[in-house]
Amino acid sequence: MLIMPGGYVPIDYLPVLIFMVIASAFGLGALLVGSIFRPRRPYPEKLMPYESGNPPVGEPRYRFSIKFYIIAMLFVVFDVETVFLYPWAVVFDKIGLYAFVEMMIFIAILLVGYVYAWKKEAFKWD
Amino acid sequence: MLPQVLFLYFAFAIVALSLAVITRKNPVHSVIFMLVLFFHIAALYLTLNAEFLAAIQIIVYAGAILVLFLFVVLMLNLKEEVTEHRYISLWAVGVLLSIAISAIFLMTLSSIPLGAKGVFSPDVIASETHTVALGKLLYTEFLYPFEIASVILLVAIVGAVVLAKKRLKS
Amino acid sequence: MDHIVTDILEFIFLMWFAIFSAGTLDVLINIGIIILKIAAVVAVVMTHVAYATYFERKAIGHMQVRLGPMRVGPHGILQPIADFVKLFFKEDIIPAQADKPLFYIAPVIAVFAAMSSLAVIPFFNGFVIANLNIGLLFILAMSSIGAYGIIMAGWSSNSKYSFLGGLRSSAQVISYEIAMGLSLVGVVMMAGSLNLTDIVKAQQAYPLKMYIFPQFLGFFVFMVAAFAETNRTPFDLPEAESELVAGYFVEYSGMRFALFFAAEYIGMILMALLGAICYLGGWNGPFQIPYIPFAWLLVKVYCIVFLFYWVRATVPRYRYDQLMALGWKIMIPLTLLNIVITGVIKILT
Repeated sequence: MLIMPGGYVPIDYLPVLIFMVIASAFGLGALLVGSIFRPRRPYPEKLMPYESGNPPVGEPRYRFSIKFYIIAMLFVVFDVETVFLYPWAVVFDKIGLYAFVEMMIFIAILLVGYVYAWKKEAFKWD
Repeated sequence: MLPQVLFLYFAFAIVALSLAVITRKNPVHSVIFMLVLFFHIAALYLTLNAEFLAAIQIIVYAGAILVLFLFVVLMLNLKEEVTEHRYISLWAVGVLLSIAISAIFLMTLSSIPLGAKGVFSPDVIASETHTVALGKLLYTEFLYPFEIASVILLVAIVGAVVLAKKRLKS
Repeated sequence: MDHIVTDILEFIFLMWFAIFSAGTLDVLINIGIIILKIAAVVAVVMTHVAYATYFERKAIGHMQVRLGPMRVGPHGILQPIADFVKLFFKEDIIPAQADKPLFYIAPVIAVFAAMSSLAVIPFFNGFVIANLNIGLLFILAMSSIGAYGIIMAGWSSNSKYSFLGGLRSSAQVISYEIAMGLSLVGVVMMAGSLNLTDIVKAQQAYPLKMYIFPQFLGFFVFMVAAFAETNRTPFDLPEAESELVAGYFVEYSGMRFALFFAAEYIGMILMALLGAICYLGGWNGPFQIPYIPFAWLLVKVYCIVFLFYWVRATVPRYRYDQLMALGWKIMIPLTLLNIVITGVIKILT
């Protein structure tokens, strides 16, 4: 007794799966085959992180500006907005003016947030 | 036959990958396992012929939210997980508790009533493609939830800016 | 608990049955055909990647009154092969402090993301490896996965340059991903489909069988976003060689570096293909060219790729704050304007 949803085999996606496998195999294969032929003569200086010839100073993984974090947050929000626009664009012909008006309201509400972020200089990089 | 095999594979793989996510010591490795996990969830949507949702799973969850996670993980700059004191010092108690909870879940499993099947079976969706089926409903019948979503997104923008700006000043 | 054991046994039996059941031969033949098609596409695209590097050096060389590569073969025509051989036999250096597993898989993720998108590209009428109803979203999804290759490479190398390059690059890529996604909404509105084959066919009713005239604003934003997405000049900040040496792949050498390089060029060709399919009418042209069904697509892709070279030779690099401001303050409002205009025109006509 198992509860199993689904029951549909997405056969259209089989070529995609095969392509993904081949794409990964291409990358991994190139590295694996290469590892047989290429030389490997490491010594400590060679394995040091590159810093224009000087010995590295400080932590390589430092705390970075919070700006990147704001960009990532705004990206999530606007990505979701974009995602809402796609099915709307597809059915636009079928619904017509009604769909247009409701999407304008949707975008207008988001524009408030966009203008707010702009005024608060979230897009400014200093 | 094949659908069940597919579902069982995804079910087991998703559980295994979730375990991998929470047991990694390095949070960046956890994120990578989560990425693979999201691909499996997307494929699970495909077995319902919900291809638009599958694409969203990758674009929004893997491509946006998980990238945000990654930024947070990198920003906190934790090479190894911060070792907190355990809430329960005896590991045996923890194991016992989790076994008990799992047992309760398993016992109630058989008594879950299955709801009636909805209109949108994979075959119905196949006749007009998933995006159209979803779009028609979302932009007519579910108009209010859709507009409310924009308000929620607005709150998210304001929240992100306010929180980050506060930290920038201090 | 008893039935769980029987369920697991049943599962093993099902697996066994699925693999060895009747009709396996048909399935294997179909899979074989798919693999052959994929091999053909990968071979053609990789040849183009190799020669895209050659023609880039030649074109930019001539624009700067130089000759470009001349030594290997007549007019340096064998240069990409020499480059490949060199990279293949180069020593593979892994920094001592690097996070090895991530360092290994980062270039593979980059190639995987760039290459998988080719699965939904219709090269000519009827030739597409996977004719998905959400083809366009699939490409956007895969290009968003590309950011992982960049961040992972930057973080795992344990070097300041790569870390900063990875951060910058990922922030840039995600910013322009929104502009790109929004710019394509106009095309979807006009075609009423996310299937790339349908998008090409829907364009036949328009002047020159192209969307570029009604969607010129969208095309402009798309191209700018394509330059930023593929880290090409004038948006090649992440690898700004004068300050970050090479950005997120400073510590990569030999074949691993080659994979990043290949991923970047596959990305460029992919963006050219996507631009040609969504705005320039795909394989359709003003007249039929006999025997070569993909001739027009090739011409269009070559034109867009040449544009990439031309811009690289002409335009100086943007500053990082200018780059982010351009993406967020100009490109996104332009795409929204494009959507509104497209909507109004569609309602009125």
